[in-house]
Amino acid sequence: MSGTYLGMPAFPEAAHDAVRNTTLRANLRHATHTIRDKRARAVAELDDWARLREAGKQIKDHTLRHLEHYLVQLEESVTAAGGTVHWAADADEANRIVTRLVLATGEREVVKVKSMATQEIGLNEALEAEGVRAYETDLAELIVQLGDDRPSHILVPAIHRNRGEIRDIFREEMGSWGRPAPEGLTDTPAELAEAARLHLREKFLRAKVGVSGANFMVAETGTLVVVESEGNGRMCLTLPETLISVVGIEKIVPTWQDLEVFLQTLPRSSTAERMNPYTSTWTGTTESDGPRTFHLVLLDNGRTDTLADEVGRQALRCIRCSACLNVCPVYERAGGHAYGSVYPGPIGAILSPQLRGTQSEIDASLPYASSLCGACYEVCPVAIDIPEVLVHLRERVVEGGPVTRRGTKVTLKPARGHAAERAAMRAARWAFTHPAALAAGQRLAARTRRFHPRTVPGPGRAWTDTRDLPQVPAESFRDWWQRTDGGKEAGK
Amino acid sequence: MSSRDVILGRVRRALGGPAGPPSSYGDAIDRSYLREHGGRSVEETVELLAENLADYRAVVHRCGAAELPLLIMRLLAERGPESVLVPPGLPPEWMSAADPPRVHDRAVSTPAELDRVESVVTGCAVAIAETGTIVLDGSPDQGRRRITLIPDHHICVVRVPDQVVSSVPRALERLDPARPLTWISGPSATSDIELDRVEGVHGPRTLEVVLVSGE
Ligand code: SF4
Repeated sequence: MSGTYLGMPAFPEAAHDAVRNTTLRANLRHATHTIRDKRARAVAELDDWARLREAGKQIKDHTLRHLEHYLVQLEESVTAAGGTVHWAADADEANRIVTRLVLATGEREVVKVKSMATQEIGLNEALEAEGVRAYETDLAELIVQLGDDRPSHILVPAIHRNRGEIRDIFREEMGSWGRPAPEGLTDTPAELAEAARLHLREKFLRAKVGVSGANFMVAETGTLVVVESEGNGRMCLTLPETLISVVGIEKIVPTWQDLEVFLQTLPRSSTAERMNPYTSTWTGTTESDGPRTFHLVLLDNGRTDTLADEVGRQALRCIRCSACLNVCPVYERAGGHAYGSVYPGPIGAILSPQLRGTQSEIDASLPYASSLCGACYEVCPVAIDIPEVLVHLRERVVEGGPVTRRGTKVTLKPARGHAAERAAMRAARWAFTHPAALAAGQRLAARTRRFHPRTVPGPGRAWTDTRDLPQVPAESFRDWWQRTDGGKEAGK
Repeated sequence: MSSRDVILGRVRRALGGPAGPPSSYGDAIDRSYLREHGGRSVEETVELLAENLADYRAVVHRCGAAELPLLIMRLLAERGPESVLVPPGLPPEWMSAADPPRVHDRAVSTPAELDRVESVVTGCAVAIAETGTIVLDGSPDQGRRRITLIPDHHICVVRVPDQVVSSVPRALERLDPARPLTWISGPSATSDIELDRVEGVHGPRTLEVVLVSGE
């Protein structure tokens, strides 16, 4: 498996079900609006925000253009600092490497820091198949894991669960994973967090192997950086004897100084804080402080294919702050599960089809999982033009053309008559039966008119050929947004 | 072919041939962003640090060097710990008035042993005013990373104004990347349950920062 959730319906079907789930929508709306408003305040505090954003974009673009150089430099500096570097061309290889490293320690359990890369490759399942249990230690990931569920948000993976559901999951499931929930557990967040603290502490204190990802890797020094809130990351990075970090090759920055940009933009974009409660950095191993053995697994798994696409490669700048999710009117209604990948929301809609290709119905439909309103581009701290990439990918799906798959150039056939076309048509229909999402889409339609024929772009064309498009609202997106309180009042 | 060669080969093809090493990285990036935000006097910078620490629910105290031992004694007495963890290089006078037995973190102590200690007292490497952050770098007055992680109560002493910088860029200039660093902004917190902020999931639930001036 490399990240497609098995049996996942294409986006429009999944979204269709999700918008009918009123609890989910209420939770999502509350969460995304809360973070969104706070973020705007946190960003406004820095009057050089636009310049920080531009610098972040330039640093990432420069690194991608010279990726070979920086990868080799990173390998040297990590090795010099006492770490061991492994290279994994795809998910299977990464899983094999990690499994082998864990088994070599003689341990049968690992504690994990929340990491999208390990979710992307399905590491927990691969370890389970070899008899190794992986414990997620981020509170939200714990809720997801105990609930036998999937994450639905980059930053708040259990955003779709409310406190009553969380209490039920803790009561029913904690016992079979370790320390059971305390008697008479109520649904107050403080009590739920305390239950998680007790449950996880016994795991931290005995763990011999930790598995993490990283937010940044510094080529010059070999330093890895993990940014978090709860302290579970510090536990996993500090207490075990062996630390294994699985990191996508795009997470490199050239120099130590570069962190000054991202340590300002990431927390404010992400949790809307001036700084997240904990940031840990480590460079190889340190005598008598922390793990004695450190392995870094550098993961490709479709990233070099993405790099080969000159328009699409900007998705590799992403620092996973999740700001784009919180402003997306489609995400707010559909929820993260509808995207069928570990990367939900606008970034997922451009990243997943590039990492995985557009062969499957869900991946072919993802570039349509957007209203093209442009809000995601405006908040993105590394200025990824998500709408531009979406339109580009739609063209690829419909018209075919050259793409790189597993390092080899291939020519994609046009999707006419293909499952993708049906998927896209359903996406179009879904958008038109949800006027709020569509209204939000009009703004970009105006802004990027050159991309848009009068019909629906992409495979939806066949559909609009025989139907009239709804009138473009006279009102601008911003007016609509204001009037309807961000779409809340604007019907389904 | 090794996966290393496979991946590097794919990178090369994706970028249309081998790219030479970047000539001068220093000039490649527009760094016209600010080194710090706003002009502040030294006192104002310390004041901002105190405000931002408090904003993230750290408990902030201020005192002169002479009052420090009594203040630490009082802070410990309020919690009533049976023992207190101290790093090997903590200035002995800081603890000269405190009575709970001091526990040292030895390489052989297990995390479970440290888990029985309630409080820890450390210094820090640098504190960042704009973000309300203290940074520990494992120096002798701060100790191994785990000692500020497992106990539930952390008292961190910041020497003002020497250890205070305005901003994140200023802090990075002072820090050594070869050391393991821990940046702390308020106590451990989660907002995973309906975005209600709850303090202390895994790290210390109480962070007390003492801003000590003069020597
Ligand atoms: S695409 Fe931009 S806004 Fe979205 S998660 Fe990535 S960095 Fe954040």
